[in-house]
Amino acid sequence: MELWYTEEHTPDVRFSIKVKKQIYSAKSPFQQIDIFDSDEFGRFFTLDGLMMVTEKDEFIYHDMIVHVPMATNPAIKRVLVIGGGDGGTVREMARYDSVERIDMVDIDEMVVDACRLHLPFTSCRLDDARVHLYFEDGLKFIRRFENSYDLIIVDSTDPFGPGEGLFTREFYGNCFKALSEDGILVNQHENPYYESYSHSMKRAHSRIKELFPVCRVYQAHIPTYPSGHWLFGFAAKRSDPLRDLDDSRWNSLGLDTKYYNTDLHRGAFALPNYVKRALDLIG
Amino acid sequence: MERDVANPLRQDSAPLYEALERYRGDRIVPFDVPGHKQGRGTPELTEFLGARCLSVDVNSMKPLDNLSHPTSVIRDAERLAAEAFGAGDAFFMIGGTTSAVQAMIMSVCKSGDSIIIPRNVHKSAINALILCGVRPVYVDPGIHSGLGISLGMNPGDVDEAIRSNPDAKAVFINNPTYYGVCPDLAHMVKSAHAAGMAALVDEAHGTHFYFGDDMPASAMSVGADMSSISTHKTGGSLTQSSLLLMSGDRVAPDYVRTIINLTQTTSASYLLMSSLDIARRALATRGRETFHRVCELAEYARSEINGIGGYYAFSREIMNGRDCADFDITKLSIHTLDIGLAGVEVYDILRDDYGIQIEFGDMGNLLAIISVGDTHYNIERLVSSLSEIKRLKGKEGIELWDHEYVPPVVRISPREAFYADSRPVPLVSSEGEISSEFVMCYPPGIPILAPGELVTRDALDYVLYAKSKGSLVMGPRDMTLENINVVK
Repeated sequence: MELWYTEEHTPDVRFSIKVKKQIYSAKSPFQQIDIFDSDEFGRFFTLDGLMMVTEKDEFIYHDMIVHVPMATNPAIKRVLVIGGGDGGTVREMARYDSVERIDMVDIDEMVVDACRLHLPFTSCRLDDARVHLYFEDGLKFIRRFENSYDLIIVDSTDPFGPGEGLFTREFYGNCFKALSEDGILVNQHENPYYESYSHSMKRAHSRIKELFPVCRVYQAHIPTYPSGHWLFGFAAKRSDPLRDLDDSRWNSLGLDTKYYNTDLHRGAFALPNYVKRALDLIG
Repeated sequence: MERDVANPLRQDSAPLYEALERYRGDRIVPFDVPGHKQGRGTPELTEFLGARCLSVDVNSMKPLDNLSHPTSVIRDAERLAAEAFGAGDAFFMIGGTTSAVQAMIMSVCKSGDSIIIPRNVHKSAINALILCGVRPVYVDPGIHSGLGISLGMNPGDVDEAIRSNPDAKAVFINNPTYYGVCPDLAHMVKSAHAAGMAALVDEAHGTHFYFGDDMPASAMSVGADMSSISTHKTGGSLTQSSLLLMSGDRVAPDYVRTIINLTQTTSASYLLMSSLDIARRALATRGRETFHRVCELAEYARSEINGIGGYYAFSREIMNGRDCADFDITKLSIHTLDIGLAGVEVYDILRDDYGIQIEFGDMGNLLAIISVGDTHYNIERLVSSLSEIKRLKGKEGIELWDHEYVPPVVRISPREAFYADSRPVPLVSSEGEISSEFVMCYPPGIPILAPGELVTRDALDYVLYAKSKGSLVMGPRDMTLENINVVK
């Protein structure tokens, strides 16, 4: 017998991983949570059948969503992670001794519980003394803050389902309000290749651009995400990820990373023409 | 055809829906209308709406009964609806609540009769007066000066209108208004009956009063003769499907059916009718829990919106025992003037910039309907968007038009004005003329001017102001609203 996990990247394109064993399966009030073991990608975790994290390639996503803003502005002290229930983003963030507080708000406590139990490779720093966990809708959480965070990372699911509110204009506006004068907002921006995702990407980008003076997009290659080509949005009130990057300053921290480096940091902001066109960066 | 006593109708059944399922299963070969023949003739439409939907878009036939003369499954479904709403009889209406309101008025009034009616009625009621030549005796609604909204009728004013117009045939009552304001319904029904008049209630926005806990009184519960229910508004059926309820012996059900059949289509939509049957079953079997959740969502939204500051999501505190005897808390009405924006401006921003469609915005307020289909996610989006609109667009000290109700000056009856010789004059110079047309913002569809009313400075200023704020002002034949037809 063969057991395969399949995600439909589009109605006509499927991505499958041969499953060794299903480790966990439960339905929370918000979504279906599953965890599997496989030979090729190790342990992996899905929400509503969509790939979130695999043991083998999660380092790419988490390196890129954390170290790019942190290298841009090393003075970041107060961080908010919205979503990110697997803990991978918090794990990378906790490596910075200079960070004083990490708030993480995920709508689904069951996700965090399941990941603590079955995904120790990402959830291992959730008990760091600087980490504070909140279980509520990110859109609601963010509303009450003003000038409270230096960095907000939106580590969300796709904009269909519980994550939908995290791709809206009102959410980005509330983030702007919650950020300090030098604040940065980084969010996962979907893939530019398949039309259904690229539509969300374009919409997110245009909404953020209306609010933040600095608004850029960078990319990474993530084998298990649709099309393998993933974008991140970098929005800031002042900090520019290219102008303000100080290679030697970040390198002197001595953080050993598997994907990120400061050369890649610059390169990641160089986008293919079709992506530039989609984002209206060139005609 | 009487029902088998051993097999009574039950609220967890849906006779019309079940008959349609049987029809679908029987794979009948259709040589009747509709010509799309279960969707095959218009494949693009079938692709768009779905084959299951088209397969039951059928016409009356023996196993599916006939709305104009119901004797089997439609009759059973209507009986269940009557029982669920605590009424003596119920009629499925497929021309919207407009048709139900018109049927109510035409069932108790004839040409030349008069009816006591609040001026802040939906235009469908005044249309009915034009159709059957009934003279309105308007009762000005109360006004909430702080919010600039019209309230219900004051019971004292209704009693006075009844005393001065003993020949009136009926008292017409809104329960609730669009904003959720409920009058002292029991008092008015009692007064009407004591004077030998029928009590007709427009409950377009009150379906849930019949199912939720701690809701304002419903028409049937206080002995009103007839009520029009927009099941589609808060009850979950398809748009355009409504119910006409009746109780007591003041009006004969068979006469009401005859009146309904005067104007009702003879090709009643089974999609609409089955949606009434299915929605009634859902309301009867789990309406209580549903509206408990709806109330929780509305109360949560209200407290969050009031927490933003500047907005005022009002609720039961505006009750005063007179023209606001009760309040429907599922209506999320929000006063916006204190953030320096008109309700209709916030309404437009929400739709254009935030992708949120609100029921309506008027000068000082906007209204979000919270109903059977709402979720926490959507509420969070609304609250967050309102907070953003205040942050980005809020102003202070802007003078805004702050009253919603313009008292009418009635010169001639609506029917007389409607059919009178008329001429178009430029709107801006129409002051002092008698309008032969409606002018209203839609929604809410409550006339600023009705046929037969004097164009006053107040009414004119209101219309021009509403236009300038981007309200959809409609009614006149001239759709650009540059001209208005007035009585020659």
